[in-house]
Amino acid sequence: MTLRPENLEEVREAVLTHPYLRVRGGGTKPALSAPREGEVLLDLSGLKGLLAYEPEEFVFTALAGTPVSEIEETLRAHGQYLPFDPPLAKAGATLGGTVAAGLSGPMRWRYGGLRDFLLGVRFVDGEGNLLRGGGKVVKNAAGFPFHRLMVGALGAFGVMVEVSFKVFPLPPATRTLRVGFSRLEEALSALERLRLLPLDLLALDLIPPNTLELRLGGFPESLRRRTEKLARLLEGSETVLEEDEAHWEGVGELAFLGESPIWVKIPSQPGLIPRLEGLPLGPRRYMAGGELLYAGLEEGGLKALRELGLPHLVLKGAGTPLYPEPPAAFYGPLKKALDPRGRFPGRPSPA
Amino acid sequence: MGFLEELKALLPGRVLTGEAELAPYESDALTAYRKRPLAVVLPETKEEVVGVVRLCHRYGVPFVARGSGTSLSGGSLPVEDGIVIALNRLNRILRLDPRARIAVVEPGVVNLEVSRQAAPHGLYYAPDPSSQPVSTIGGNVAFNSGGAHCLKYGMTANHVLGLEVVTPAGEVVRLGGESLEGVGPDLFGFFVGTEGLLGIALEITLRLLPRPEAYHTVLAAYESLEKAGEAVSRVIRTGLLPGAMEIMDRLAIEAAEAAVKAGYPKAEGLLIVELEGEREEVEEEAHHLHRVIRESGALEVRVAASEAERQAIWKGRKAAFSAVGRLSPDYIVQDGVVPRSRLGEALKEIQRLSQAYGLRVANVFHAGDGNLHPLVLYDGKKPGELSRAEALAGEILRLCIRLGGSITGEHGVGVEKKAYLREMFSEADVEAMERVKASLDPKGLANRGKVFDPQMEAAP
Ligand SMILES: Cc1cc2nc3c(=O)[nH]c(=O)nc-3n(C[C@H](O)[C@H](O)[C@H](O)COP(=O)(O)OP(=O)(O)OC[C@H]3O[C@@H](n4cnc5c(N)ncnc54)[C@H](O)[C@@H]3O)c2cc1C
Ligand SMILES: Cc1cc2nc3c(=O)[nH]c(=O)nc-3n(C[C@H](O)[C@H](O)[C@H](O)COP(=O)(O)OP(=O)(O)OC[C@H]3O[C@@H](n4cnc5c(N)ncnc54)[C@H](O)[C@@H]3O)c2cc1C
Repeated sequence: MTLRPENLEEVREAVLTHPYLRVRGGGTKPALSAPREGEVLLDLSGLKGLLAYEPEEFVFTALAGTPVSEIEETLRAHGQYLPFDPPLAKAGATLGGTVAAGLSGPMRWRYGGLRDFLLGVRFVDGEGNLLRGGGKVVKNAAGFPFHRLMVGALGAFGVMVEVSFKVFPLPPATRTLRVGFSRLEEALSALERLRLLPLDLLALDLIPPNTLELRLGGFPESLRRRTEKLARLLEGSETVLEEDEAHWEGVGELAFLGESPIWVKIPSQPGLIPRLEGLPLGPRRYMAGGELLYAGLEEGGLKALRELGLPHLVLKGAGTPLYPEPPAAFYGPLKKALDPRGRFPGRPSPA
Repeated sequence: MGFLEELKALLPGRVLTGEAELAPYESDALTAYRKRPLAVVLPETKEEVVGVVRLCHRYGVPFVARGSGTSLSGGSLPVEDGIVIALNRLNRILRLDPRARIAVVEPGVVNLEVSRQAAPHGLYYAPDPSSQPVSTIGGNVAFNSGGAHCLKYGMTANHVLGLEVVTPAGEVVRLGGESLEGVGPDLFGFFVGTEGLLGIALEITLRLLPRPEAYHTVLAAYESLEKAGEAVSRVIRTGLLPGAMEIMDRLAIEAAEAAVKAGYPKAEGLLIVELEGEREEVEEEAHHLHRVIRESGALEVRVAASEAERQAIWKGRKAAFSAVGRLSPDYIVQDGVVPRSRLGEALKEIQRLSQAYGLRVANVFHAGDGNLHPLVLYDGKKPGELSRAEALAGEILRLCIRLGGSITGEHGVGVEKKAYLREMFSEADVEAMERVKASLDPKGLANRGKVFDPQMEAAP
């Protein structure tokens, strides 16, 4: 059964009427939003629209089912953007789904990830209460920060109906440098060197086995000098990509994962990369200075990750999406307080 | 054995109970409030902290974690018949890994110490509350502390990657990890800013950033606060993203001058704008900034030509709070936030309230984030002045709520703004927060009486 609420009241009603629900935003992370047996699907794609946006405030508020791509278009018209670079925008990801899945893209390297740009939410908890966390100003420290609790929670604590984000001015121009090395070790050591320099890169990606991609943003006058400086610093065989915009759009859509049956997000670190590279992972790309890996897998890859105890989130493909489960002693009481009847996904497994 | 005996057995020689020993812990930087605790304990390891919390849980004794006691909202005010867990001796940086760009620290580490230790690697810890030479990372985490650089770099929550926490029920959990990215609910992000109500942070993993290559710091003087505020809007409209934009009013300027002789020009409003980043980019941005400042009608503009001149510009700003102490025996620091475009309106209204209440108000604020810091000056020895000052401060908070902002940008709710939390949030919102508190802390022991109204001791 699928419900498609058009307003907050209908969301509350749905929550109060059905014992088990699962929210779907845009349909881009099926492993997370496909209903399990007994669950009613709450399709939020009807709950969309920008509610408030004053460019000078660097803040907007929108309904949770609003497609990210619509927001990006509006922001762009005012020379602004979401610096955490939400992935799968073209595929139809919604703001709520992006928050619930906790996903950021390659450009999160420069200013931070989703968690750094979410300012507030309104959500319906498991008892049908419409609640607010955070606020609509760029700085706020009042009350428990429920908005941060929603990040990556996969809808466990409630149905987000409204979200507020901080935005930044869009760099007037960008350039991308691609550098090839002869081996992974060399690419990795260059990556680690770049991480320590004050270079203000928009993106710093490693494409195994031996390529780095660096994206710069800023005023056109200084960009040329900065790109040249980088090329000197790297001394590899470098090319400047002309199709910069389209290229990164493809990366943000995770196009490099291709037809892989399973899509996963894996928190990473440069020091962990040699170990990850020893696993049967399929097409992949390390983003954000090596801190964020998106990989396309077959069953064997997933098994390897679990055997080694490496945390990950499955976006597409079957199975339990989240590994490991959040620590019971902290998560359990939170879940009990906000969703006492366990209407939403993420019921803690009995200890 | 009773509670105190067990406590003393757990921390031999490090349980303070004497009058004179307890006195320094009776209040924090919100000195208008004072309470005598049952005892103060001085643990030296996280295992000892866990032991103390478990003991409290067993006996139903409330506890308050304390860093350096610089809270401005009464966050570390003791609970009567409760204990203070002073964390200053847990002050080790356990691991500083430049390659991973992280530091793993104990909660009692002083904020500035992290940047000091990271400096040889070209790294620093970004959140910089004005109290950074004394306040602890644990206190910063509990209050989600900010500073002058929040617009661009975010608050403490944005720089914490992982936490080890002991819950009020005495369970030890690890939240988050060492990567910038995680999976699953952002539980450590949620813990940051909960003001010590959900447990004690035992170990904190911080992200470090490369120190900016270049700074460009400009000081501009204006004939009115409005003009200074307008200049901020102009900067934003140009598409620039400065690291910091701070404004001071005449009273704050005078105080700072009297205290540290920063050499500020005499004016109604001073604006400090600082660009930071890669050298080539900062040079380019500086051209744009100068055009904007020229057009904004500044009376006088100074540009720092050296690091020494930059420090001189910041010196007055950083000293402003303590400097105001010279103008008045007592003052309350408020910490409301308004949308940036309503700063002018807010300041005008604060001016009006100041006259109506007959109390001086100095303004120093983070203009880039709309975070006001009105300092309400009063004399505690004059009968009725404190309550008048509190009423005025409360009006300012209501004003911030009315304009769509927040009652606190960085100093937290503590005991001071409890009444206003219910004006900013709905009854259902506050009840949900209280449900969360009760669920993690069924006996209501951790920092009882802060943020919410005191929770009754639940039946065991
Ligand atoms: C039985 C079944 C099988 C399917 N199999 C496939 C398949 O194999 N491949 C395929 O491409 N499609 C498949 N689909 C379609 C696909 O499931 C949906 O299009 C997709 O699940 C919607 O995901 P999404 O990207 O919108 O999720 P997102 O909107 O990105 O949501 C991601 C996560 O966020 C949560 N969430 C979203 N919005 C909110 C909110 N406002 N508040 C709280 N939580 C929220 C979701 O519950 C989910 O946990 C299937 C559908 C069904 C019913
Ligand atoms: C002159 C001055 C300037 C200031 N400037 C700023 C500023 O610019 N920005 C800003 O944000 N704040 C500022 N403050 C306020 C204050 O410094 C911060 O709130 C700071 O984070 C408090 O740190 P502390 O170590 O002193 O904590 P304390 O005051 O000791 O404690 C604060 C709160 O944290 C809790 N706590 C302490 N340690 C832990 C722990 N390990 N686990 C859980 N809870 C814990 C306490 O219970 C208490 O609720 C300023 C204060 C002063 C006096």
